[in-house]
Amino acid sequence: MVPLNYYLLLSGFLFACGVAGFLIKRNIITIFMSIELMLNGVNLSFVAFAAHWHALSGQIFVFFVMVVAAAEAAVGLAIIIAVYRTRETLNVDQVNLLKL
Amino acid sequence: MTPNLHLWWIPLLPLIGAAINGLFGKKFSRPAVAGVALTFCGAAFAYASYIASRFSSLAIPYSETLAHWMRAGSFQVDFAFYLDQLSLVMLLVVTGVGFLIHIYSVGYMWEEGGFYRFFSYLNLFMFFMLMLVLGSNYLVMFIGWEGVGLASYLLIGFFFLRDSAAAAGKKAFIVNRIGDFGFLIALFLMIRHFGSLDFSPVFQSVAPMSAETGAAGLLTAIALLLMVGAAGKSAQIPLYVWLPDAMEGPTPVSALIHAATMVTAGVYMISRSHVIFERAPMALTVVAVIGTLTALFAATIGITQTDIKKVLAYSTISQLGYMFLACGVAAFSAAIFHLMTHAFFKGLLFLAAGSVIHAVGGEQDMRKMGGLRKKIPWTSWTMTIGTIAIAGIPPLAGFFSKDEILWRAYQASWVYWLIGLITAFLTSFYMFRLWFLTFTGEYRGSQDAQRHDADTPAAASVPHGGHSHGVHESPMVIIVPLVILAVLSFVGGWIGIPGSLGGKNQFDKFLAPVFHASTPALNSAHTMPGETAPPEQQTEGPEPQTSRTTELTFTGISVVAALLGLGLAWLLYSFQPELPQRIADTLNGLYTTVLNKYYVDDIYAAVLVKPLLAISTKVLWHGVDQNVIDATLNNSADGARQLSDSVRHMQSGNIRSYAGWVAAGAAAVICYMVWLGVRAQ
Repeated sequence: MVPLNYYLLLSGFLFACGVAGFLIKRNIITIFMSIELMLNGVNLSFVAFAAHWHALSGQIFVFFVMVVAAAEAAVGLAIIIAVYRTRETLNVDQVNLLKL
Repeated sequence: MTPNLHLWWIPLLPLIGAAINGLFGKKFSRPAVAGVALTFCGAAFAYASYIASRFSSLAIPYSETLAHWMRAGSFQVDFAFYLDQLSLVMLLVVTGVGFLIHIYSVGYMWEEGGFYRFFSYLNLFMFFMLMLVLGSNYLVMFIGWEGVGLASYLLIGFFFLRDSAAAAGKKAFIVNRIGDFGFLIALFLMIRHFGSLDFSPVFQSVAPMSAETGAAGLLTAIALLLMVGAAGKSAQIPLYVWLPDAMEGPTPVSALIHAATMVTAGVYMISRSHVIFERAPMALTVVAVIGTLTALFAATIGITQTDIKKVLAYSTISQLGYMFLACGVAAFSAAIFHLMTHAFFKGLLFLAAGSVIHAVGGEQDMRKMGGLRKKIPWTSWTMTIGTIAIAGIPPLAGFFSKDEILWRAYQASWVYWLIGLITAFLTSFYMFRLWFLTFTGEYRGSQDAQRHDADTPAAASVPHGGHSHGVHESPMVIIVPLVILAVLSFVGGWIGIPGSLGGKNQFDKFLAPVFHASTPALNSAHTMPGETAPPEQQTEGPEPQTSRTTELTFTGISVVAALLGLGLAWLLYSFQPELPQRIADTLNGLYTTVLNKYYVDDIYAAVLVKPLLAISTKVLWHGVDQNVIDATLNNSADGARQLSDSVRHMQSGNIRSYAGWVAAGAAAVICYMVWLGVRAQ
């Protein structure tokens, strides 16, 4: 039986990777993937706790998160395509029309 | 039941006139403005006369309530009016003399700018003065009290382009505020202790109290504070300084406001509050002493003044001192009697002086007049009557009222009488000095009177355009009021001829219900402790034979004093006109001191005005206002702006930097919660 700590450390590591990717990368698709990575890092901690406490609510939460993530991926990819069509770039630093 | 008299119409009529002229007068022609002003003022006089004619059939005191004003718990103040013998006398004097001066003003102000403005203010003054006189409680009286101060300010500063006039207006207003402060505190004390400001309830609560002979108490405090108010309004020491400066106003204003009516408001107020004053002997003593000193002090200054209006101004202060002296010895009806005769002869003197100034083209310096008797006969004759009246030579009005005051003063203390007598002599002297300088001898002014003579600032540039073609008599519209006032100054005293001269003193009897209704049990309360006052009783009832002889003797002495003053003035200013200069040279220091009004204005400037200005400028303005109040506001605004400037960079528009801030914030929150968890263990 793998102790809970390991799962949590891995979960934190995944989340940190997501944050770092989100902050550092310029490509909008990479950023999008970083968001997915953060979500999955959190999912991992949910299921780890669910297994540890023998409670189902954590797993159910994960299902919800995955549904939301799938919906978000659909909408997000659509937006990305729309952005690429109008701006012809995927660099977020150049998508700054609302900036003063 | 007394029918409803609708007294409120009397003050309202001049107010309507003021409103019409003030709002629309600019478009009116001059006759229309004059017509409106005279109609409404005359209507007020007519209505007052009608009430006077029905007076004997009324239940006196009569009061009526027009509307509720304010209520707080059991305390209540109404717009209510009150009529008794005292109000009636004041009412007739104010409306009567006021109406005459309105007529006079039409002629006097005809060629001035702001004609409609002048009459609007004048009517406004009448409104407030009538509120003051008719009010049934101290608060309505206070409205009038403040209102006449306002009207006085507006009219003193009527020629507001002249700096001295604007400054004089401000001075009058500010000095009056000091007095009003005392008045207000007296009102608060009344509310606190009597729960009312209406005359009747207050006097009913005061009436059972015994006189505060020993320790000073509540009544003394109220009386002294009222006295402060009266001293401000009626130009008594130490608050008299505004009145001479007030002569910057047009001459009809000086006659109406600063001689006949407004300045006597203090005397009226003290007489109205006589129930309180009679029970506060110490306050009465203060009133008498201040009145006496003011009378003497102002009379001595009056001797040296060369501006014809300034002489009259100091004379007014001096005569007001007489009235205060009368109040101070509890001879209230004598005070009101002198108030009335003074309104006649001082109104007359001012108007005649205005006519003289008019005649010589705006010159006010008596040294540049002289020999005017033949050139302006009407003015000269009426002024002669006024001069004799104020000097106290029988049988003119001033003699009877002044004699009454001196006699009552003697009954209280011979000191009052002696100073009063000296003042009477001085009054006669300076008034005949004025008369001789103005009307006899040779004309000393240039033919086209210099209007920009910078010798005396008051005389300089009085705007009398178009009158530079030699000395001329004034038009009828000016002469008629002069003649009427001259007649009143002649016969006005006859209603109060004392018993010792074979009269009945009807005036005293008429006012008796007001003043003798509630005299305190301790009747001799007004005599000063330690003084050898004769055990005189009040004037009611037949007087003992001995006192009648004494009274006649004193009457004789005061007449002699007046004649001596006349003789001395003749000697110095007609017989040997070079003598005054030599006397002045001999008594150089004294003369200069008196000429400079005892340096009172300079002392006030040095002791009060300058430190006050310095404190206001340095501490309150630069210190508190700029460095604390403004600084707090400005610095907090500046601080907010600087903070925003630095924080503004967070709003870069860079999405990843936003995300970074979110991440950092989330990390901070998590750290905090972890720290909380660690601490909880």
